Amino acid sequence: MNTISPAAAVVDSTERQAASARPTGFAHDTAAVFVRESRPLVRDPFSVVFSLVQPLVFLGLFGPLLVGAAGGDVAGTLQWFVPGILVMVALFGTASTGANLLFEMQTGSHERTLVAPLSRGALLVGRALKDVVPLVIQGTIVVLVAVPFGFGVDAAGLIAGLAVLGVFGVGFGALSYSLALACRNRDWMFWMVHQTLLFPLMILSGMLLPLDDGPEWMRVVAAANPLSYLVGAERALLAGDFGDADVAGGVVAAIATCAVGLAVGVRAMRRAR
Amino acid sequence: MPRKTVVMTNQMITARGLTKTFPAKGHAVEAVRSVDLDVADGELVAFLGPNGAGKSTTLRMLTTLLPPTSGEATVAGCDISRDPAGVRRRIGYVGQGSSGGHTQRVRDELHAQGAFYGLGRRETRVRAEELIESLELGQVANRQVQSLSGGQKRRVDIALGLIHRPELLFLDEPSTGLDPHSRANLWDHIVDLRRANGTTIFLTTHYLDEADQLAERVMVMDHGAVIADDTAWALKESLAGDRVTLTFATAADAASAASRIGGELDGVVVSVTAHGGDRALPSYIRELGDAGLVVEAATHRRPTLDDVFLALTGRSLREEAAAPESAVPDAQPVPA
Repeated sequence: MNTISPAAAVVDSTERQAASARPTGFAHDTAAVFVRESRPLVRDPFSVVFSLVQPLVFLGLFGPLLVGAAGGDVAGTLQWFVPGILVMVALFGTASTGANLLFEMQTGSHERTLVAPLSRGALLVGRALKDVVPLVIQGTIVVLVAVPFGFGVDAAGLIAGLAVLGVFGVGFGALSYSLALACRNRDWMFWMVHQTLLFPLMILSGMLLPLDDGPEWMRVVAAANPLSYLVGAERALLAGDFGDADVAGGVVAAIATCAVGLAVGVRAMRRAR
Repeated sequence: MPRKTVVMTNQMITARGLTKTFPAKGHAVEAVRSVDLDVADGELVAFLGPNGAGKSTTLRMLTTLLPPTSGEATVAGCDISRDPAGVRRRIGYVGQGSSGGHTQRVRDELHAQGAFYGLGRRETRVRAEELIESLELGQVANRQVQSLSGGQKRRVDIALGLIHRPELLFLDEPSTGLDPHSRANLWDHIVDLRRANGTTIFLTTHYLDEADQLAERVMVMDHGAVIADDTAWALKESLAGDRVTLTFATAADAASAASRIGGELDGVVVSVTAHGGDRALPSYIRELGDAGLVVEAATHRRPTLDDVFLALTGRSLREEAAAPESAVPDAQPVPA
């Protein structure tokens, strides 16, 4: 330390190179945040595959039990079960995405983005849009794994199904970020809410087991769960049945989740300190 | 977005009555109490004070991270409340934490940061390479931030803060937690960058030696208020004074000497605070010798900023600095 002395500026302030930051718009900011969030994914694509372990475990270990219990054939059971696993991928993938923000809030890199001249809304939307990328890749892999076992998929239906899941994922991811912003440095609270909500949401959507034989109250609760409609829509779409009434319900549920999630999330980000 | 008029003045920061109150358990905690600040273009100013003094909260208001409860401030020509976007475009900020995302590569983060500040693609790439070069990050540019050492991470933070060539750079506890070598290295870089660009630097620190050796002006903060504001030299001269210590053969001689020259008596030792202690010392020895009192040993110590803090508050900053961290932003109560 003692070799350093205060260095007076030798550059006259009038000659100094001016600050080069320029005003930007919402779309530019959203794209900039999206690109930043996507880069680790591009650098390390295998991270996408690692988070597939859980849905594949359900597919491989729960699927055979389902075949045995229902007494149906494998192909028929997969036709019912795989769309539910796709919704599970979307649900679990986006529900925990807030943990990344939570971590950045604690290390200081979130604070750095708050000092940058970025739109607060873009900080949220850019992040939420990023979550669609792993979701689409993972959904496609699940389907490709199931096809050799007799799962029949309609290509146009798959594209439409992934699009609906993507819309839902943006909204659910935004809710996860909102939770992170509300929890601030309380990790335990984030994970407690996450765990408390996730499994009831999953079971009460009929993605693992049909709710038709469940008690009345479960069917009532399931009717209020947007995931139920999403699961119904995915089953119809992946079978190529675009005309099914469940499709409209799923599309509405996905759009509603997206709208609510973005509204809550942008509001939370605007209030972030 | 309406462009606000930039006040044509060589004043980089002007704050009047800046106050921040946090609600906490039924009563209000005044973290910052009516702070007035003036920092001119090109200055290097240090905010010195113990943890919890309100340094970071003041910085967070000036950088638009926290809205003030009352008071106003103009930073780099823009009002922090009316034109926060203007402030953000003109300033660089290096917070207490690590700015780089842990799973991000260093160069990727610099590119993202360029886009965040509206720099063009080419401009961003050129600027990123400049900063990688000048902050000696070439070896680690393709590595993830989480794999870097503390000193390397801090240099990444500085690089991120400088991507848009800000006129004004805020540094919040830039060297906390670094080993002495990394601290010295970091300061070499900051001093070099300043010499090259003339950037105004406003930093907070609780390291006395940093404020003393690097800052042209020191503002001492305690309990939310600025209690002194001058050059380190002037603060020491006006508030602390030199310390002269004289040792005698017997307690009786010491007592007799203390009654002649004043000062505090402790056994055979007499301590006196004197301005220009280097000149006072020989004259004391001469004067006491004439009275038949033999000085056995004598020391003279220049004051430190810790003596300044002690004179101002009755507490030592060294003890405060050793206390556990309590002023991290996350620990602040949530503003309602």
